[in-house]
Amino acid sequence: MNAPTKKLRVATTSLAGCFGCHMSFLDIDERLLELVQLVEFDRSPLTDIKHCGPCDIGIIEGGLCNAENVHVLREFRANCKILIAIGACAINGGLPAQRNHLSLSAILEEVYHAQHGLVDGFIPNDPELPLPLDKVHPIHEVVKVDYFIPGCPPSADAIWKVLTDLLAGKEPELGHGLIHYD
Amino acid sequence: MSQSNTFTLDGKTIPYSEGQTIIQAAMAAGEYIPHLCFNPEFKPHGSCKLCTVKANGRQTASCTQHPAPDMVVESDTKEINDERRTLLQMLFVEGNHFCPSCEKSGNCQLQATAYQLNMMSPHFDQFFPDRPLDASHPDYLLDFNRCILCSLCVRASRDVDGKNVFALSGRGIKSHLIVNAKSGRLADTNFSGDDKAAHVCPVGVILKKRVGFAIPIGSRSFDEQPISATPHPQGACPVGPRSNAATLPPHPTVKDA
Repeated sequence: MNAPTKKLRVATTSLAGCFGCHMSFLDIDERLLELVQLVEFDRSPLTDIKHCGPCDIGIIEGGLCNAENVHVLREFRANCKILIAIGACAINGGLPAQRNHLSLSAILEEVYHAQHGLVDGFIPNDPELPLPLDKVHPIHEVVKVDYFIPGCPPSADAIWKVLTDLLAGKEPELGHGLIHYD
Repeated sequence: MSQSNTFTLDGKTIPYSEGQTIIQAAMAAGEYIPHLCFNPEFKPHGSCKLCTVKANGRQTASCTQHPAPDMVVESDTKEINDERRTLLQMLFVEGNHFCPSCEKSGNCQLQATAYQLNMMSPHFDQFFPDRPLDASHPDYLLDFNRCILCSLCVRASRDVDGKNVFALSGRGIKSHLIVNAKSGRLADTNFSGDDKAAHVCPVGVILKKRVGFAIPIGSRSFDEQPISATPHPQGACPVGPRSNAATLPPHPTVKDA
């Protein structure tokens, strides 16, 4: 029997995303068993670890819509040797960025004050709440991103291809059928 | 010494006839050169520069450049494809190209060309411009967020339909597509679904209403095969020079979806 090789440490998170990319990641199904032979998880919705420690690979779903997203992203970048943006929102802002042509104050006003049926509405200002950013941004506008897996969400096969290419020490390549923006 | 009417494209010998441009001769020979504002049915516009090749060592738009005997043309090289990808990335960040919510996804030449050239990210900072829609027309919607200023609708409406419904206005980064009506609204023009201009948009600006997802995402033209393998996505490519677009025969188009 071969000596066990050191497992690569992987962290994942969803910022301004819907967890759809994480769901698609889980869609690799029984290949998860193969994957956990090769990797162990650090911070991730799968482990409930709250802060990212030193990792080989960090996977970021979602863009940046508030200050906390930026803090988490910077923590990932500081700790991960390879950072991967997964899904449309991390790559170009995606659905949350549809608010970008409206002013933030107008949106908060509409949602918490003016909308029909609201009684005594007020804009939440609890100090625990992260401040929203003026605009939603893709993550490569704030930190260096090493690889991108586009898609909404990317297919399980696309995610598997990138991860297995990386684990094999190759440049990830998707090609027709796996590269999708929709 | 007799001159042959052939040139080489990435080492392959391509015949051409007098008056043909490089891209026309290449397409007639079944070779793909990435392009967006070029459509074989219309006079070339030469604006998107995606079809840039190196002809005898000089960069030129292959949709406007005529070949010369024994010209050496390079197209599918790392250097040129890297530049094409950068052009695409600039087009993507300049507009609002959110493929997951676009009816044209899978039938979009901008998207398919980006797949072809392995564009994994927009690279640049997004502009997030504010471009309101025009849903005034009963049968057609204009979503200016996705306009890449290829001018195909302008050319189709002017040269084929004889209507001049569309125009490009402004200069530089302020260039934008406008509708030729006092109100600026499509409903106040004589635009119709039978117009050529209704069917030439390579991206998702001019959209027929109520058919958006008749063909589901995942089963569309460029889901099935890459754009390089799709013969002339905007239609047939008749061999020979075309001086009068209006006399050209109708052609199959990418699935209207």
